Amino acid sequence: MAQHQNHGGHHSHGSMKEYVIGFILSIVLTIIPLVLVMNPILSKTATVISILVMAVLQFVIQLVFFMHIREGEKPRYNVQTLILGLVIVFTIVAGSLWIMLFNKY
Amino acid sequence: MATNHDHGHGHDHHEEHEQLKVLGFWIFVVTDCVLFGTLFATYAVMMNSFAGGPTGQELFQLPGVIASTFILLTSSFTSGLAVLAMNKGNVKQLIAWLAVTGLLGLSFVVLEVTEFMHLMSEGATMATSGYWSAFYTLVGTHGLHVTLGLFWMTALMMQLKRRGISAVTRRKITNFSLYWHFLDVVWIFLFTVVYLMGVM
Repeated sequence: MAQHQNHGGHHSHGSMKEYVIGFILSIVLTIIPLVLVMNPILSKTATVISILVMAVLQFVIQLVFFMHIREGEKPRYNVQTLILGLVIVFTIVAGSLWIMLFNKY
Repeated sequence: MATNHDHGHGHDHHEEHEQLKVLGFWIFVVTDCVLFGTLFATYAVMMNSFAGGPTGQELFQLPGVIASTFILLTSSFTSGLAVLAMNKGNVKQLIAWLAVTGLLGLSFVVLEVTEFMHLMSEGATMATSGYWSAFYTLVGTHGLHVTLGLFWMTALMMQLKRRGISAVTRRKITNFSLYWHFLDVVWIFLFTVVYLMGVM
């Protein structure tokens, strides 16, 4: 897997291969939503869901291949913080939409 | 996976301190994520509040947005290459990749400013409607982050020229690359939610 070249006792993360794979996957996950939106082959709801899923996938790819989220030292405080942040973001976005859309009717 | 990940080996207090600073910066990134979350929530709520004014569908020009998406994506990749150069201890290569990242970031900002000027000339300003207020706040905050990153990167390149790669500059570059990847992630969501869903 990832090459870990240790220079002077440093933990260095990532390899060229990892970055190239991450980059290619990101490009693919950008082109697919574009194609789906430009040529609507799916229904509107299906298109919205699939492009959102692909955005989330791309987020995961950047986390794994570029930010090396899996390689942190244990205990993984960075992952715990991220999960807390995502829970807050989800609550804010879903909660706002729920309340404000309910208000409109 | 990593075979030489044994703790305590070459891990003096100084370096541990630097690692703690990376975690501290990561916590900042997560709070920044929450900031963008609130702005996305506002945007989602305001999605159809055009107040009789122009809509995004009428004004968005996708070619420019697609170009800026690939530019930022590439710059996220090149900032990763900068980290690889740092790990090899090659300071010249590191500065060069940072410069490439910076140029890509700069062209992203230029494209965004051009887009904003076009939108404003078409009568969509921040005061036009709830939708455009939310739009400029969300997209503009991201643009400001990128602009700030450009200044930070320039300062880092100057510091690297003077001091080379040390535990301190290494930590700074690590933090910067985290920040830059994070901005790319935010843009992916902006591109999907604002632009792609906007023109549907």
